[in-house]
Amino acid sequence: MKQPSIIACVGVLAMITGTAMAVSRDTVYIVGSSTVYPFATVVAERFGKSTKFNTPKIESTGSGGGMKLFCEGVGVRHPDITNASRRIKKSEFEKCRRNGVRDIVEVKIGYDGIVVANSIEAPRFNLSRRDIFLALAKQVPDPRAPESGKLVANPYQTWKNVNPALPDYRIEVLGPPPTSGTRDAFAELAMEAGCMTFDWIRQIKDETKKLNKSGDKQQAKALKKRYKAICHGVREDGRYIEAGENDNLIVQKLGVNPKALGVFGYSFLEQNEDRIQGSLIDGVAPEFELIASGKYPVSRPLFFYVKKAHVGKVPGIREYLAEFTSEKAWGEEGYLVDKGLIPMSREEREKYARDAKELNPMHF
Amino acid sequence: MSKLKAAVKRRDIREAVEKSLEARKRRNRRFRLMGLGAVITGMLLLAVMFASIGSNGYSAFLRTEILLDIDFDPAVIDPDGSRGADVLMQADYTGLVKSSLRNYFPDVKKRKQKRALYRLVSSGAGDQLRDMVMEDPSLIGSSREVWLIADDDLDQYYKHGKGQSRLKEQQIYWVAMLEADGRLRKVFNTTFFIAGDSREPELAGIRGALMGSFFVILITLGLSLPLGVAAAIYLEEFAPRNHWTDLIEVNINNLAAVPSIVFGLLGLAVFINFMGLPRSAPLVGGLVLTLMTLPTIIIASRAALKSVPPSIREAALGMGASRMQTVFQHVLPLAMPGMLTGTIIGMAQALGETAPLLMIGMVAFIADIPTGPLDSATVLPVQIYLWADSPERAFMERTSAAILVLLAFLVTMNLLAIWLRRRFERRW
Repeated sequence: MKQPSIIACVGVLAMITGTAMAVSRDTVYIVGSSTVYPFATVVAERFGKSTKFNTPKIESTGSGGGMKLFCEGVGVRHPDITNASRRIKKSEFEKCRRNGVRDIVEVKIGYDGIVVANSIEAPRFNLSRRDIFLALAKQVPDPRAPESGKLVANPYQTWKNVNPALPDYRIEVLGPPPTSGTRDAFAELAMEAGCMTFDWIRQIKDETKKLNKSGDKQQAKALKKRYKAICHGVREDGRYIEAGENDNLIVQKLGVNPKALGVFGYSFLEQNEDRIQGSLIDGVAPEFELIASGKYPVSRPLFFYVKKAHVGKVPGIREYLAEFTSEKAWGEEGYLVDKGLIPMSREEREKYARDAKELNPMHF
Repeated sequence: MSKLKAAVKRRDIREAVEKSLEARKRRNRRFRLMGLGAVITGMLLLAVMFASIGSNGYSAFLRTEILLDIDFDPAVIDPDGSRGADVLMQADYTGLVKSSLRNYFPDVKKRKQKRALYRLVSSGAGDQLRDMVMEDPSLIGSSREVWLIADDDLDQYYKHGKGQSRLKEQQIYWVAMLEADGRLRKVFNTTFFIAGDSREPELAGIRGALMGSFFVILITLGLSLPLGVAAAIYLEEFAPRNHWTDLIEVNINNLAAVPSIVFGLLGLAVFINFMGLPRSAPLVGGLVLTLMTLPTIIIASRAALKSVPPSIREAALGMGASRMQTVFQHVLPLAMPGMLTGTIIGMAQALGETAPLLMIGMVAFIADIPTGPLDSATVLPVQIYLWADSPERAFMERTSAAILVLLAFLVTMNLLAIWLRRRFERRW
């Protein structure tokens, strides 16, 4: 009676508006990394306020999820820009090309430091990357004969066990889960580097490279898997606690438990400097200047990627790029720096600003 | 002899009963105490939760403002004197704020210090001035005192003291000077209710999320109530009882227990990828939540129909009413309170849902306030989730405040459900 006809009307209406919407879009659509999200949103907001364009819509999907959506195709249903806390992978680039996304403009926006922090009530840690690896790896080289090539389940219970210079605290590290880009970067930049201080593990990696060159891909893959398992494997006996994606939660827990350490992005350290302090890593403190100059070892570049085919179709992309790559945004005294972004050098900024302006597509 | 025996026996029974009676009463008391204990524990936990959220969140309803002498310099705002809307729109209002701060603190000379000084005022202060000028261009050329929104760091310091803020010694000194002059005040935070999302905590508001929730709930209600009630009436009153209807019933009960994210995946596949509806739109959110709440509404509506005594139907049929007249004129009005209760509970569930919306792109930064069900939007619980994840400290209290608003809505809806039931329910 009455109800079915209403439902039919709504359904038909939905279909019509749906197809109508698919023809054009007047808001820039951005997806991608949750690490870049706090920066991209600030730019988007300022851009929306200071121009006649709509404020871009930004979905926080993670770097991988963003790439997937971005590479699905060209057309207003697909995003215009994807943010990433790592460089686009070759496989992703090729997937993009297969789906007709040919010209992609790569823009590096700056750096993000990953910090290992604790409460200011506790002494400040001075860690080497080797310490980090030994404290957190699932398996470590046998402490009695580290170069024998024998692995044992991680026996270290306190930081003092790892390195006599460290406090006698139980090892307790709160950090991101494996799904997080921060965790990937931490495993690669901190743990793997610490892992490579053992010569025999380093040899496996060198061997892998050699095999790759000589063309024995299968053997190389097996070896790569082996050293990745050693270097990236995090212990699961409760010493490393996966605290979810919410870095605020980690900061709060550090305040309650001064003996614990936390792993998260630099912007959270910057916002909470009155409660927590960043540990020195290889003797370098996670301070703005030291990360910017590349002295602090655990930092990674941040990017966004633009679909060139959409420029001119969706209004505002060019202007959004101009806002993002302007000195007042990403410069040394720009507003993104206030939000915790570590800026690039002047030459790098000039290069990427030019790329963004001229929409120079990237090559692999 | 036999009489005596009988008496002894009776006394035994009596004794035995009295003995066991004591134990039974004890057991009874223990059970009642345990029940009472469970209720009290529940209430206590609830009170702790409310107290914690409330004490964290109430301060977000206040905001700090700074009184500054603003010189609406025509040379800055409108150098040509044209008073064109475009010119007024684009003028450098932040510059006016900065020069006012410089005038107030003439000793601040160094570049770095100046930056620290400018950081006391929100980056939205310029927009405040722009709105004033756009509304009344005659302000240009005049000079007056204006209350401007303070930056979140100053706001946190002023509300919670030193331990809760990132202000540096120098800035604290300036703040003390401003305070001594009576140039700081706390007022009701209207921004929180009229602004959309922002990455500056002092400019962020829940209006966008509220509008998003409104459209989503509107669509969910508009679709799931008629569909659910119609399905329940058909299944309960008209459908034959056979294997097919049994199968349908099992499926409906099953769907009510399916994790909500599954409906999000379904919505992504059907509404966005197949039908081509826009991502992040409340329309799609409403459709997905309709799928989610339909089983709840159907089950509640069927229970309500079932509770109407058969004598009503028999009497109506006996008086010569048709099946449809019986259902629509006699059974449905009596079942309506139960159906509405079920619907409201379903709606409250939909209002608090985030997981399925994640899949259809409603977990996003959307600053513009949506004006219709096809605009990109987010909803209240998603806004809470996004704020909880933001690095700025001031978002913490806003998170709690947004939770308070959401709780207020949920409590209202549930009270409405209870009231409807009390008001219209008939007992037999």
